[in-house]
Amino acid sequence: METYSFLRQLADSWFLLAMTLGFLAICVWAFRPGSRAMHEDVAKSIFRNDDHPADTNPVSKKEG
Amino acid sequence: MWDYLKLVGLGLVAVLAAIAANYAHDLAYQVNAVTVMLAAGIAFLWVLRTAGDPRPNLQHEYFDSVIRAGAIATGFWGIVGFLVGLVIALQLAFPALNFEFLQGYGNFGRLRPLHTSAVIFAFGGNALIMSSFYIVQRTCAARLYGGGLGWFVFWGWQLVIVLAATGYVLGATQGKEYAEPVWYVDILITAVWVAFLITFMGTLMKRKEPHIYVANWFILSMIVTVAMLHLVNNAAIPVSIFGSAQVQLYSGVQDAMVQWWYGHNAVGFFLTAGFLGMMYYFVPKQAERPVYSYKLSIIHFWALIFLYIWAGPHHLHYTALPDWASTLGMVFSVMLWMPSWGGMINGLMTLSGAWDKLRTDPVIRMMVVSIGFYGMSTFEGPVMSIKAVNSLSHYTDWTIGHVHSGALGWNGMITFGVLYYLVPRLWNRERLYSLAAVSWHFWLATIGIVLYAASMWVSGIMEGLMWREVDANGFLVNAFADTVAAKFPMYVVRALGGGLYLSGAVIMCWNLWMTVRAQPGRATQHSAVPAE
Repeated sequence: METYSFLRQLADSWFLLAMTLGFLAICVWAFRPGSRAMHEDVAKSIFRNDDHPADTNPVSKKEG
Repeated sequence: MWDYLKLVGLGLVAVLAAIAANYAHDLAYQVNAVTVMLAAGIAFLWVLRTAGDPRPNLQHEYFDSVIRAGAIATGFWGIVGFLVGLVIALQLAFPALNFEFLQGYGNFGRLRPLHTSAVIFAFGGNALIMSSFYIVQRTCAARLYGGGLGWFVFWGWQLVIVLAATGYVLGATQGKEYAEPVWYVDILITAVWVAFLITFMGTLMKRKEPHIYVANWFILSMIVTVAMLHLVNNAAIPVSIFGSAQVQLYSGVQDAMVQWWYGHNAVGFFLTAGFLGMMYYFVPKQAERPVYSYKLSIIHFWALIFLYIWAGPHHLHYTALPDWASTLGMVFSVMLWMPSWGGMINGLMTLSGAWDKLRTDPVIRMMVVSIGFYGMSTFEGPVMSIKAVNSLSHYTDWTIGHVHSGALGWNGMITFGVLYYLVPRLWNRERLYSLAAVSWHFWLATIGIVLYAASMWVSGIMEGLMWREVDANGFLVNAFADTVAAKFPMYVVRALGGGLYLSGAVIMCWNLWMTVRAQPGRATQHSAVPAE
């Protein structure tokens, strides 16, 4: 089969399916149980560190 | 040691540019070579004068000086771009303004790419670079990566703008819409863009926050996709190393498809994804509330990424493009409506519980209107991509109206909002000089956009209908010149709208200038900051 026909068929069959499933997987992942706390933390992260870079790394910050 | 290397490099560039100017085959190339020589010379002198200066460790401070420069550049190029737009709008209404003595330099054909590139890449590009540098540092809680590389990005981008703009006026163009810069400017763009990617990625990698805030996803996707689009669409072979002419690698319908794959995704990633990054950071900041739904922003991001890249063929309905490709472009464009409106809802609903701010804060009003125009133009776009609608709308002023409701309404208004947010903070001022002036700007810009979009709808639909009108015997009723004559009143209204928009931007620049000049500085920011 010539390259054009092969790519064209691949694009609207298996590759389309793979990308659709990939997208759906991302959606499911975003709504996974337990993600709420993390998402709320990230959403609020913009209200920190307005004036200066953070001095400590996040790991030690959480422990302290 | 590093300074010596820089001096050698800059000196070489200056000498080579001088040689290139000497052997230039065309005027545009010669002027560009002289510009590069001067730029390299100035940079050489600057490096020479500051060589060996002590470099204090600034890791505990944000790299804000380059963002201040970006704010100034955004305002400046905005005025230039809007002004050229007004001039060409008037030239369309009154062709006598294509002055005889300016033929070949100042006529519509030469000024039109100057306008589009000035507003998209100079105004929009500086707004994007400035905001990404601000956002990535704050959300990563880290100083911008790469030391002075941020300055290379800023000044390199200004050089790109100057080279492209002078080139257009003197006739150097690739003839590809929104990708007009010629081969050597394309190489410079690539270098600057790679440096931009390095600073951005480097900052993300040394971040102190555990997660990467969603605004950075949008901006990173913008940087990566624009790099890919730029490299593929500008694949060309120069005719001579001493000339501005080049030959495209692709030909015919392949070239057209590559061009509109580029063109549409330049809109999709440069003017949409990048500016959505601005929206996802600055709207919550100005509203002082976190984004309405972080989950929705994730879905918004991935849906946009998966869908946008396929929408390009809708620019080529009813051409030599295969029918399946054009149908694919149409279907994906229509689907794109959903994530776009998801993003719009997310931006607007960020204000839920704080709607009173719309009454008291003209900056948030500006941002909300920009999101409204984002929603409007991302509805209009899918409608226009439908083949039946496109057969009426294509090649008419409707397209121009659509582009401007997106560009003036969405990109322009969000950028104005960001400038109003950033300037007092970057220059450490208590507040803006005049909120009344912000309101004036808001109304001038909004009324300007409404006049622009409405006149172009009327004009576009009218000319589309006139072009396809046939009499009882199947003959076309109107000559092309008939449609041109009929559009005159709409062209005058459009120029009026553009004039209002420009005057609003002038008020903004005055207001921001006065904010920095006439306002007292804020008390030191080093005092203790209370926890949230």
